[in-house]
Amino acid sequence: MTSRMLRVSAIEALSPLVSRFRFEDPEGALLPLFSGGAHVVVEMPDAGVLRRNAYSLISDPMDGSGYEIAVRREDGGRGGSKFLHTQVAEGDLMRISAPVNLFSLDLRAKKHVMIAGGIGITPFLAQLKQLARLQMPFELHYAARSRAEAAGLALLPASPQVHVHISEEGNRMDLGAILGSQPLGTHVYTCGPEGLIEAVAETGARFGWPRTALHSEVFMAPPPGAPFEVTLATSGKVVTVGAHQSLLEALEAAQVEVQWMCRGGACGRCETGVKSCHGTIEHHDHWLSDDEHARQTKIMPCVSRFKGETLVLDL
Amino acid sequence: MTIQFHDETFRDDYTFHNSPEGIRRFPFPFDADSYMYSVNLEPHAGGKAGSPFEKRFDVDEHYVAEMRDRAITLTEDPLRCQSLPHMELAGWDFLELVMVSKSEDYPELFTLNRDGDRWHWINRPLGIEQRFTFLDATTLPCGPMEYITRQTQGDHALLDQRDGNLWMDAGMVTSQADWSLDFDIGMNFFEWHAPVPKAHEMGVFQRALKFLLNLQQGAPVRRLNWTMTVNPRLDTSPENYHKWGPEKRTVAADNVGAKQYLRVELQTLWRLPRSNAIAFPIRCYLCSLEDIVTVPKWGRRLHRVLRDLPNELAEYKGFAVNRPTIVDYLAAFDDGAPTSPGIFPD
Repeated sequence: MTSRMLRVSAIEALSPLVSRFRFEDPEGALLPLFSGGAHVVVEMPDAGVLRRNAYSLISDPMDGSGYEIAVRREDGGRGGSKFLHTQVAEGDLMRISAPVNLFSLDLRAKKHVMIAGGIGITPFLAQLKQLARLQMPFELHYAARSRAEAAGLALLPASPQVHVHISEEGNRMDLGAILGSQPLGTHVYTCGPEGLIEAVAETGARFGWPRTALHSEVFMAPPPGAPFEVTLATSGKVVTVGAHQSLLEALEAAQVEVQWMCRGGACGRCETGVKSCHGTIEHHDHWLSDDEHARQTKIMPCVSRFKGETLVLDL
Repeated sequence: MTIQFHDETFRDDYTFHNSPEGIRRFPFPFDADSYMYSVNLEPHAGGKAGSPFEKRFDVDEHYVAEMRDRAITLTEDPLRCQSLPHMELAGWDFLELVMVSKSEDYPELFTLNRDGDRWHWINRPLGIEQRFTFLDATTLPCGPMEYITRQTQGDHALLDQRDGNLWMDAGMVTSQADWSLDFDIGMNFFEWHAPVPKAHEMGVFQRALKFLLNLQQGAPVRRLNWTMTVNPRLDTSPENYHKWGPEKRTVAADNVGAKQYLRVELQTLWRLPRSNAIAFPIRCYLCSLEDIVTVPKWGRRLHRVLRDLPNELAEYKGFAVNRPTIVDYLAAFDDGAPTSPGIFPD
C-alpha cells in the first residue's frame, strides 16, 4: 500500500456525532486525484496499537488540494473513530494511503441513482461532484432517522436531484417509487446498512432490474467477537486475536507481513490459505464464494474470525 | 543524450534497422534458458539507465517512423482506433499521464504548460504544438485517446473496471501481434485471452486479473511478452494477414538471420485517477536474429529457448513453420557455455 504523511488542516463538526477531517500535503503539493467512491486508509497510532481504518473520500475528486473524510463517532466500536474524534487535532500529521476505488460509478449508465442510508452518504458526496463535472443525469436519495443525525445535509447541494428522507418526520424512503420509474440504462448505487442494500436488491429484483445495474457498498468494519488463536505454518508461531482486534491486525502486531488494501473484506488482497482447520471460520467477507467459505481452505484475515480448536494458516 | 530519429519504414521496402546502441538496449525477454508462461509482473518503477525500463514511456530512435507508420495504418483502417462512449474520461486520464510523464522524462523533446484546464503541449520530434482545454474534447482535433496515442509508441488499450472484471472498451492498436481491437472491443479479461493456450489451465489469468483489479494509482507494473515476426513489420494484424502471412514462406537458411525478428512487447499497466480505468500500453520492440547474436549471451539463450519450446506455443506464436530453420541458424551461436542470470548483456 503506498501512502503519504498528510497534515490535518481542518476538523469541523457536521453533527453531534459526525466530523469532517481535511488532510493536505505539509508542503502544499497536490495530491493524486481520484474517482467518486474511492476510499483511503487512515493510520492511527493509538496507545501502542496501530489502527488502520478505511474511509470514503467526500471531497471533489478533481481537486488535488486536499482529501476530506467524514467520520461518525462509534463509542462502542473498535476505537478508530473515537481516536479520530478525541486524539486528533488540526496540525497533526497522519499517514494516509493512496485512494482506492471499490465502488466506482458505471460510466455506461444513462442515469445514476444513488441511495444512501445514514453515514453511507459519504462515497456519494464525491460522486455527486464527479457527476456534476461530467454533466451526467443523476438523482440522490438520502435516508436518515432524524435531521439532527443527518450529517450529510450540511454537505449536500440544494438541488432538485437531491431528495432527503427523514423517517422521524414521516418521510420514509419508498424504494418502490424510486426503482419503479427510472429510464432504461439507469444504474443504482446503494451504500448504508446491510438491510438497506438487501431491500434495494429485493425491490430491484421485483421490478426486473438487471443485477449488474445494482451496485452496493456495505460499510464494513471488522466485527468484534470472542478472542481466538491461530498458528502460522512456516514458523509455528501462535498469534492471539483479541476481542476487538481483527486477525489482520493481530498478525501485523506480531510482525507477520500480509498484503492488504481495503481492510473491509471486499478487495481480496489479504486472502490467506488455511492449512488445517478444526473448528469453524466465521467468514465476514464479500470476496470468497459461498463454496470457498464452506471449504474452509481460505480466510480473509481483515474481517473473518475463527471459533474452535486449531486454525493453521499458510503463513 | 540526443536521440537520432531514424527515417525508416515498417512495410514495403522495410528499411527499419536498429543502431548498435539500439541493439544493446533491446529488451531481451528471457531471463533463463527456458520459457513458460507466468504472471511475471514487476513494478514499473524505473530501471537500468538507458534501458527501455528507465522511463515511464520509452522514446527511442524509431519514434518518428513508428508514428508515421501508425498514421498510414489508420488511414487505411480507421477501426484500429476505437473508444466506446463511456471511455472518454479514461482517454483524458491517459492523455494527462503521457503528457506529464514525457514532458518530465524528456524535457528536451516535450513540453507541457498547464494553467488550470488550459493546456499547451509541444511535441518537438513530431513538430506539434497544441493549445486545448482539458476535459473539453471539442478543443482537440480528435478524441483525447486518439490524440495522444498518435504521438506515443506502442499499442494502447484502456480497460474499464466493473463487475469484478476488466473490459477492453477503448484502444489504439496498429502494431499488434495478430489480435484485433475491432474483434475484442467490449470483451472482458477472460474473453480476450481465450485464444491463449495452456495459460487458462494454469490459472494464470485468474491470478493476473485479481492482481490487476487491485492495481493502485502511482504504482504501475510491467511485464514482457514476445513472439516472432518475419520482416520488421509493426502491423501484423488479422485484418492484414493476407499481406504479412505469406511472408513467413520467404524465410530460408540464407536469409533467416536478416528476415526473422524477435518481437518483444513491453507491457505496462497503470491505474488512472478520474475514471478508475486501467491503461495498458503494449510497446513493441523488434530485433533481427543477426543483430541478437551480436550479444553472445542472447544468441546462446535464444537458441535454447526456441529449441525447447512446447509445440503449442510455437504454433500459437505463429512461427512453427520456420522453427527448424531458426533453430539451425541459432545453433551456430550456441557453444554450450553457461549463461548468466537476468536479461541484460554481460
